[in-house]
Amino acid sequence: MRLVLRGITKRFGSVVANDSISLTVEPGEIHCLLGENGAGKSTLMNVLYGLYKADEGEIELDGEVQHFTGPGDAMAAGIGMVHQHFMLIPVFTVAENVMLGNETTGFAGTLDLEAASARVTEISERFGFHVRPDAVVEDLPVGVQQRVEIIKALSRDAELLVFDEPTAVLTPQETDELMDIMRQLREAGKAIVFITHKLREVREVADRITVIRHGKVVGEADPKASNAELASMMVGRPVELVVHKDAPTLGEDALVVRDLRVVDVAGHTQVDGISFTIRAGEVLAVAGVQGNGQTELTEALLGLQDDVSGSITLDGVELVGRTTRKILDAGVGFIPEDRQVDGLVPGFTIAENLMLNRSFRSPFVKNGSLRLGALRAFAEKKLKEYDVRARDIDSLAANLSGGNQQKVVVARELSRDLRLLVAAQPTRGVDVGSIEFIHKQIVATRDSRIPVLVVSTELDEVVALADRIMVLYRGRVVGIVPADTPRETLGLMMTGERPKDLKDVVA
Amino acid sequence: MSTVTDQPAPDSGGLAPDTVVAPTRGGSRKLPVVLGVLTALLAVVLLRSSHAGSTTFQLAAESDFFALPDIVVPSGPTAWLMVVACLALTAEAVRRMLAHLRQPAWIPIAFALAWMVGFLSWAAADSSIRMVSLLGGAVALAVPLVFGALGGVLGERAGVVNIAIEGQLLLGAFAAAITASLTGSPWAGLLAAMAAGALVALILGLFAITYFVDQVIVGVVLNVLVVGLTNFLFRQVLTPNAEGLNAPDGFDRLPIPVLGDIPLIGPILFRQTPLVYVLYAVVALVAYALYRTRWGLRVRAVGEHPKAADTVGIKVNRTRYRTLLLAGAIAGAGGAYYTLVSVGQFNREMTGGAGYIALAAVIAGKWDPIRATLAALLFGFATNLQGVLSVIGSPVPSQFMLMLPYLVGILAVAGLVGRSRPPAADGVPYRQQ
Amino acid sequence: MKTPPATPEVDRAEDSGVPPERSRSVLREIVSGDALAGVLAVLLAVFVGSVMIAATDETVRETAGYLTARPSDFLTALWDAVSGAYSAMFRGAIFNYNLADPAQQWRPLTETLKFAGPLILGGLGVGLAFRAALFNIGGRGQMLIAGGAAGYVGFQLDLPTIVHLPLAIVVGMVAGALWGGIAGLLKARTGAHEVIVTIMLNYVAYYLLFWALTKDWLLKTPGSVNPKSPPMKETATLPRVLGEQFNLHLGFVLALVAVGVVWWLLNRSTLGYRIRAVGENPHAARASGINVGRTYTVVMMVAGSLLGLAGVNQVLGTVSSGVSLDLDASIGFDAITVALLGRSRPLGILAAGLLFGAFKAGGFTMQASENISVDLVLVVQSLIVLFLAAPPLVRAIFRLPAQEAK
Repeated sequence: MRLVLRGITKRFGSVVANDSISLTVEPGEIHCLLGENGAGKSTLMNVLYGLYKADEGEIELDGEVQHFTGPGDAMAAGIGMVHQHFMLIPVFTVAENVMLGNETTGFAGTLDLEAASARVTEISERFGFHVRPDAVVEDLPVGVQQRVEIIKALSRDAELLVFDEPTAVLTPQETDELMDIMRQLREAGKAIVFITHKLREVREVADRITVIRHGKVVGEADPKASNAELASMMVGRPVELVVHKDAPTLGEDALVVRDLRVVDVAGHTQVDGISFTIRAGEVLAVAGVQGNGQTELTEALLGLQDDVSGSITLDGVELVGRTTRKILDAGVGFIPEDRQVDGLVPGFTIAENLMLNRSFRSPFVKNGSLRLGALRAFAEKKLKEYDVRARDIDSLAANLSGGNQQKVVVARELSRDLRLLVAAQPTRGVDVGSIEFIHKQIVATRDSRIPVLVVSTELDEVVALADRIMVLYRGRVVGIVPADTPRETLGLMMTGERPKDLKDVVA
Repeated sequence: MSTVTDQPAPDSGGLAPDTVVAPTRGGSRKLPVVLGVLTALLAVVLLRSSHAGSTTFQLAAESDFFALPDIVVPSGPTAWLMVVACLALTAEAVRRMLAHLRQPAWIPIAFALAWMVGFLSWAAADSSIRMVSLLGGAVALAVPLVFGALGGVLGERAGVVNIAIEGQLLLGAFAAAITASLTGSPWAGLLAAMAAGALVALILGLFAITYFVDQVIVGVVLNVLVVGLTNFLFRQVLTPNAEGLNAPDGFDRLPIPVLGDIPLIGPILFRQTPLVYVLYAVVALVAYALYRTRWGLRVRAVGEHPKAADTVGIKVNRTRYRTLLLAGAIAGAGGAYYTLVSVGQFNREMTGGAGYIALAAVIAGKWDPIRATLAALLFGFATNLQGVLSVIGSPVPSQFMLMLPYLVGILAVAGLVGRSRPPAADGVPYRQQ
Repeated sequence: MKTPPATPEVDRAEDSGVPPERSRSVLREIVSGDALAGVLAVLLAVFVGSVMIAATDETVRETAGYLTARPSDFLTALWDAVSGAYSAMFRGAIFNYNLADPAQQWRPLTETLKFAGPLILGGLGVGLAFRAALFNIGGRGQMLIAGGAAGYVGFQLDLPTIVHLPLAIVVGMVAGALWGGIAGLLKARTGAHEVIVTIMLNYVAYYLLFWALTKDWLLKTPGSVNPKSPPMKETATLPRVLGEQFNLHLGFVLALVAVGVVWWLLNRSTLGYRIRAVGENPHAARASGINVGRTYTVVMMVAGSLLGLAGVNQVLGTVSSGVSLDLDASIGFDAITVALLGRSRPLGILAAGLLFGAFKAGGFTMQASENISVDLVLVVQSLIVLFLAAPPLVRAIFRLPAQEAK
């Protein structure tokens, strides 16, 4: 099936997310849409899929102009989508998920689950997916869930498949398998749109590349182009892919974690006997695919997990069993992985957010009442110092862009008298300019002899910031290795395999 | 910015226990604490006034196939035996808590049984308890609660918190009274009640689904509105014309041949009014349809993950509206029970918080139609206990017995029944671009 | 487990660097925005109220029977019914122009203030909880328990005024705080949803008070069969502030003081800061070292004490003839609409309380002189809140242009 997009424009209020985008995708080709976070790729695909209605422009399939009023129309026309956030219902079985919206029924609307299961099995066997139709989706590994999404699209006879950032949640090995599946689908004559911001993947499978920046097509690129060429097209200027930092000046062991175990609310052991040490003036970066215990590890450090055993000492003081407030007061800075959830109060002003974890004592509190003057002066200062782009300190956090929100969090944490910084996904959903700024701040923190724990699922970020790298898999440490460990080795370790000749570096 | 939507929205998850403050884990402390307190309570009551006599549990009713014999037990010893049983169950709960094990459902159930037998042996010392009226009355009193709970389950399964059950019951009762009085037909009254419940649901849907207003707030305000409306009309219209407008022909008891003659079960379940038989059918239908039909699959899908449902072409808000209307109609039917069966005419605020108790049953029943029905039956039992005990002259002040269903409701939402997981998108409006 | 946001992500906003401006000048708000919708919401609710008055009026219905023959009769009846009701409300709430004595003419306004006092207190109690994202519909129970406790002190003890009155007030507030605190504590410890817990506690409180009213050693009037306590001692009643000819008592002054205290609490105190943080985002509050559960408990206690004060206001002031089961006079539920109309802000609640106080004072006059049930007020109140909740709905009804997308 041949897809032509002509002059698609989509606005959200005053923001133009897609600005007259045109694009052609041929059957039997993998067409990459390359662009950084927020460039407007997902918006474009949601327009294509009928989830958003375009303000201008038209969609043409095999020469016919389409008027989608919803995803149902798009699916009926042969478009299938593998969403970035899986559109699967966790408590349903695979078969139920696949049949949803497209159910085969018997008498009086009774579900024909057998027919659905047979369909799942058939597609699963054709492509070698190994998916059981009666498995409950939430029990499946992420990679398998993604295959369920693909089966869902194929079961509706999709001829055009859209993969929206499909590798974000996969291990490097799972990514390779997905690439194989995409090639297989191409051989079967399907048209494929592959949305990503990862250059490596693009160069591996793309037949054609279209680069999008700030909602506009900036041009087509050759799959053989170099990383630097692609990156500068994507970002609009030559980017620094590496963070400049000097060799660390290491101090004493500052954070010592011994045999840490964390059991979550559902009773699953998420962190399973982790031990590591961070010295003053050192960045330890935690690598791993999302969901391998990183969240629980950082939350345990902050006293946000309830069922924690083992020992965490900071400068000799035990932290396990202390309340979050005491831990914060002991000098632990925390950049949470999801600033919208744990980092900011959206309905508060910037100034109010800047005192969020200092609401009990000076400098912003006196005798149970707020010292608004001191707070305002502080906020004015930090707004400039951290280059937060906002009208003034009374702007609501909810109205800031992702990068500026994150700067507010970073400003708040780094303004305290720190003895440890825990930064989880410090640059997720942040624009390139802010990424550089935040990375520099993290390095500066390390250079002022503060131990830093960085958690990131982006291998590039891990490698750029780390003095040492700790790889986690299923709540266990696979190994702690030097920052210059080859990517291939790190990728293998992220699947839980430990190379035989690997030697841990002990701080 | 609107007034009501300005309120910080409660965490998503509708009326589910709040996970920010209270993570519910396998080895929960709640159950042992509550069981311990209840056991101590029973023991204190027994110590304060011990009875030497015996208690009769009367199982037979007239016109059974054959009559079951009465069970006569010595009051004091039986009560104390049950205290021991309660202690043992509490100890088991404590053991499980210390061992970080999950608390299975049979512990609270067995505890409730033992505690109840112990309590009844003491309260009805030297007299007899007719099990048929104890349990049959419980079923009867549970009828509006079950209808309401089904309305709650359906709404929440589709992702809309139906707090307006109270209003649906009340307006249903009102509409049934007038319609049945005017037409002389209780069936017409029932239909009117369902329409009234659906009307309240429609308004709830308008605000909650179309205008994204906080569902809990709209629901409560709607309940207040219905109270005001029915009070107003009751005083202005019904009271001056009580003969013509508030004297409905109710449903009569209609024993089912054969089934009604089974000992114990027959008189409890099958010598009821047609409305109760309608209820049995509705429970079965809802339970089947929710899990086995295309309709049910889609309802659950929009309640769990509306966006996923949208991406496969399901009209999320249309599905929610339809389900909510059905839920309102079912809850409205429950209202008819007050005016067409139990009371026989409309009175101001006659539902007395039953809608909220039904909501507690929804949570205690973990958003499942059958379990919610069972939970509602438990509330019916708690309500009926007061009536039965006041007849035999129990030593407990009647006010405390009247409190019982509400106290049970609090225990239920405090998560005594274990970990429950609401539909993921419960209470979260769905916005389409 | 964190649930993903259900709204589609607008990925573009992430990197624009420029915050979406949301200038909200007062003028613009009045012209295009919600102030207009607010006024229209009130008009709409009053219109529905008028329809209800007309539809239930005997004369209107009779004349409607021969509408085509003599439409003027119908219109006259319609006008009489509706204008009669609203002028009665005005005479009952603001100014009675039918009387000669100027002091008596203004007496209705003092009645409005008298009714407004507990509504403001209750509205503060509900509104404060709203700011912590808690929905306190347990006002009735909190008032009953507080009223019972204050009443006990008020007639069982013999003390000089200087001690007796403050003691009764404080005991009532503490009782309300404890009763409200139960819901907060249960939420904090078990996660039980406060809406269900508070409403269940309303009924528990009712039966508890009922029981207390049957015991001589608690609240019962010895020798009486009615569930009502003896009247309060003179030393424990709230003094009238405008002389004996007006019913307005110190309770209204206490309500004004409470407005100030709650304003300070919310906007200037660290506790208020934490309450707002928990209300806006409990996850971030927790990650910032704020004890969310304790905050819930404290908020519900403060809210309970405010509703408790509303109950004290009734027992020691408005109805000092003795504690009874209807002492709450539906204020616990009216308080919800007051808090919502006042947008949970202390000054807004003050204004909303005065408005609904006027409705109430007027409503009783309307019931007495026009024989229209005061329950109409409840309908109009809840309609106002509903319409205000959805400005787009009001706009659609009046066919106003939709507000510019933000």
